[in-house]
Amino acid sequence: MKVFLSMIAALVVVGVLAVLALIFWPLERTTADQLALADDVMAWPDLAENERPRAAAIAADCVACHSTDDGAEYAGRRAFPTPMGTIYSSNITPDPETGIGNYTLDQFRAALVDGVDARGGQLYPAMPYTNYRSMSERDIRAIYSYFMNEVDPVRAPDKAAEMTFPFNLRFGVRAWKWLAMPDPGFNAPDDAILARGAYLVEGPEHCGDCHTPRNMLYIQDGYTASDERFMSGGDLQGWSVPSLRGDDGAPAKWSAAALTAYLATGRNAHSATGGEMTGVVGHSLQHLPASDLEAIVAYLRHLAPNGGGDDDAPEPADRTRASEIWLAASEGGTAEILASADPDALSEGGRLYLDNCSACHMIDGKGGDSVFPKLDGNSAVTAASPKGLVSTILNGARLPSTKGAPLCLAMPGFADRLSDVEVAELASFVRGAWSNKAGDVTAEDVGNLRN
Amino acid sequence: MAREMPKKDVAIVGLGWTGSILAMELSKEGLDIVALERGPMRRTVPDFEYPKNTDELRFAHHFDLMQRPRESTLTMRHNSAQTALPYRKLGSFLPGHGVGGAGVHWNGQNWRPQAAEMRLKSYVTETFGADIIPDDMQIQDWGITYDELEPHFDRWEKLIGCTGLAGNLNGRIQPGGNPFEAPRKAEYPLPPLPQTSAGRRFKETAKALGLNPFPRPGGNASRAYVNEYGMQLGPCTYCGFCEWYGCYNYSKASPQTCVLDALYQQPNFELRTGANVMKVELAEDGKTATGVTYASEDDKEIFQPADLVLICAFPIHNTHLMLLSGIGKPYDPKTGEGVTGRNYAYQMMGGTDAFFSDADFKPFVGAGIDGYSILDYGIEQIDFGAEGFIGGSYITVGHTNGQPIRSMSLPEGTPKWGADWKKAIGEWYGKSINIGSHGSNMSYRDCYLDLDPTYRDPWGRPLLRMTFDWKQNDIRMTRFMKRQTETIAKAMKPDSWNSSFKDEDSHYDIRPYQTTHNVGGLPMGDDPATSAVNRYLQSWDVHNLFVSGASAFPQNIQFNPTGAVGALTYWMAAALRNDYLKNPRPLM
Repeated sequence: MKVFLSMIAALVVVGVLAVLALIFWPLERTTADQLALADDVMAWPDLAENERPRAAAIAADCVACHSTDDGAEYAGRRAFPTPMGTIYSSNITPDPETGIGNYTLDQFRAALVDGVDARGGQLYPAMPYTNYRSMSERDIRAIYSYFMNEVDPVRAPDKAAEMTFPFNLRFGVRAWKWLAMPDPGFNAPDDAILARGAYLVEGPEHCGDCHTPRNMLYIQDGYTASDERFMSGGDLQGWSVPSLRGDDGAPAKWSAAALTAYLATGRNAHSATGGEMTGVVGHSLQHLPASDLEAIVAYLRHLAPNGGGDDDAPEPADRTRASEIWLAASEGGTAEILASADPDALSEGGRLYLDNCSACHMIDGKGGDSVFPKLDGNSAVTAASPKGLVSTILNGARLPSTKGAPLCLAMPGFADRLSDVEVAELASFVRGAWSNKAGDVTAEDVGNLRN
Repeated sequence: MAREMPKKDVAIVGLGWTGSILAMELSKEGLDIVALERGPMRRTVPDFEYPKNTDELRFAHHFDLMQRPRESTLTMRHNSAQTALPYRKLGSFLPGHGVGGAGVHWNGQNWRPQAAEMRLKSYVTETFGADIIPDDMQIQDWGITYDELEPHFDRWEKLIGCTGLAGNLNGRIQPGGNPFEAPRKAEYPLPPLPQTSAGRRFKETAKALGLNPFPRPGGNASRAYVNEYGMQLGPCTYCGFCEWYGCYNYSKASPQTCVLDALYQQPNFELRTGANVMKVELAEDGKTATGVTYASEDDKEIFQPADLVLICAFPIHNTHLMLLSGIGKPYDPKTGEGVTGRNYAYQMMGGTDAFFSDADFKPFVGAGIDGYSILDYGIEQIDFGAEGFIGGSYITVGHTNGQPIRSMSLPEGTPKWGADWKKAIGEWYGKSINIGSHGSNMSYRDCYLDLDPTYRDPWGRPLLRMTFDWKQNDIRMTRFMKRQTETIAKAMKPDSWNSSFKDEDSHYDIRPYQTTHNVGGLPMGDDPATSAVNRYLQSWDVHNLFVSGASAFPQNIQFNPTGAVGALTYWMAAALRNDYLKNPRPLM
């Protein structure tokens, strides 16, 4: 008994010491030396010195999280709902009182790669510092210079996080980091272009933040290509995020040109962006120098098991879309049933598709080249979780206006037209139509997603 | 006292087809541009989104996308002896309202005039002698030739992803196309839409009669398309809601689908909606414009200074604004002198409905440009001396729509309401076609636009007054076409047919819809005595003022005007970019 009590006491002491250590153990911050990269490590884009700060900030896509849709850029206050509560992004304009105007370069670096703010406080991992740990000192300095010199200060006090206990105790984040943080620095592949692509994907663009699965402790399952599950598909607030390195991932199927078009314009002959990816294209990818996009595409194709696909899905140049549809209808299957418009042959979902969707996505589910996304074989349709598909049916979608494709193509939402049962019927139909073989959706699934 | 805005390089009045193209082209010159649009912002989603868009009552009968008569209308009379009265409910024509203008609600039918039409007076004089021109007819040359405009037609057609089949490629006649079209340098950018059964039936008959049917060209995309600004069109789905509607499907060419999102990316472009331009302000010597004054949505008077003013509104509004601003000498029908308001013209329409009890045309499968056309009775094909008129038509059969309220043709003698009417609707829906004649309208000494002496708009400005009626020359033209459409109808062997054409006693009726092809009022030309703008669409009197659009047509062509409007806009943009901006001055 005595032994047992002393063991308990020892454990309590260890526990208290551990908590005290979590709180008071001096923080070790990553140094500039640890992040320094030689200039010839990768194919840096050919930019003038004065263009680099802004370009580096765009490549890190800071604006996406640190702005609200209707607020000033970089002034923060964007809400991030999590199962543990809601957190808000911070003001990163150079306002000395409410922003980061008083940050030194060392403090800025610590926020980016160590997740520690100027006062030594722990940042929640909604900030992708685990990914930013491979950022180069050159880019960190550039981004720092951008915020200090090119962004207008905005006075906007940060909004306090609304997290539940125990997640409101920020020192717990420190324990999480001991488990989650990769070593700082970037290990470059030998090829300079592949290295540039790997750097952008793993580091600044923090693609793994969404595309890499997380374990039960919310830790990404790998940060580089050598980790098997890196970029193998994740989950973002219930939306399935596609794998980019599987046999059926986009890089393994699409041609380099199609993948480039998708990243630069949010659309190609196969698909269009939805959900968070729309903002990534709109804020960041479309603005990258062409050589950076090429490098990303080269790297993603390198990740694919087959070294990259070749499907461009061009429409035959001499045919009208109407004639293609009649050809498809004559070949049987879903297209034939839809073309017949026969009430006895059509399921309720099929009828709803004909009435609501077929004008754009067409009865063969192949849409219109780079205008109306294909639904046949589209991973956004057949994803394990139907949340993305159902959300899109309910709320619609809008593509960003990009330099390469300015048209702000939008799909209207159908929430005010279709009931939960109808959306479920429709989504189930689409998930099983043509060559699609994904599971059914229930009215309850839809009800949970309806705002 | 008007509030003064910071100066812009360019102020554009109206953001429809021509305003958006000119803004796009001039934005490439690095100029600071503001577009002032009196209507609201309009985007495909949410303004034209499916299924709200397919509401016939709202859009085709309550005119949701059209100008509001209580804010903007005109007065109308048939001749100078009458007192004009205000037009209180739209009918005969439908100017658009809001961003995109009338480019939102057109069908998409797109044509190039025949070469003779652009030098009509010379063509008639050279070919048939000046004495066949009636005394009161005031036809003129455009001051520009078809050949000069050809590259601009090409660019416009590539902008809108025009579908069609060339009939005359560099002078070589092409099978299946229109053999009477003016020679084109390039094929249409998109293949024709596959045609519905009504058009195909007409095509067979027309061929059997020795005529030359071809698919009607226009801006309904037959496949996905990307234009020079990177803007995209999606394949048309034949929903049959084109004319009077915005396109929900990104398939119909419009400023929204072809220009605007690219324009909105230009950092030197600004759009102000709810900005209703009242007047172009002139410098003291009256030789240059200093900017425009507009009323904002909350009725504040605002002065927008600008170095260059482009009037890009609907044709009748272009003329109205020029009259209100005192630019150019107002036209006087008594003396035939003056240019502002001169040569207003319209379009002479007619048609024969034919009914086939054995047919199943499915008119609900429609597209704004669906149909086969013939130009065998075009302006260049008719012997004006022998026939006793000047003019021509194209003839078309197609199903642009099968809308339940307005597209219910019934055989003659059917009751207009009640059980028998209902029964007839059931019996004849999908069993009729219209063989339509779309004809020219000449300009006349006493058809013109000026300011009304009595009626004023809510801002206290005189309303525009339209003085217009049908003339015997154009009646003879349309009676000639009646003989042709009836010949074709008979050859199609219908159960019955009936025609609707103007006759000798017809007067212009502003109530029923005819077309929105109002032209003239500010004719272009190379003689300042007979034209309001020169061949570059520049005001003769105020050199930093240009006026785009069909107000420049000296008389109406036999075709829908948008193709010629588009080509003239690119022509004007080229004159501005290549010449005027480098050295601002009268270009002629």
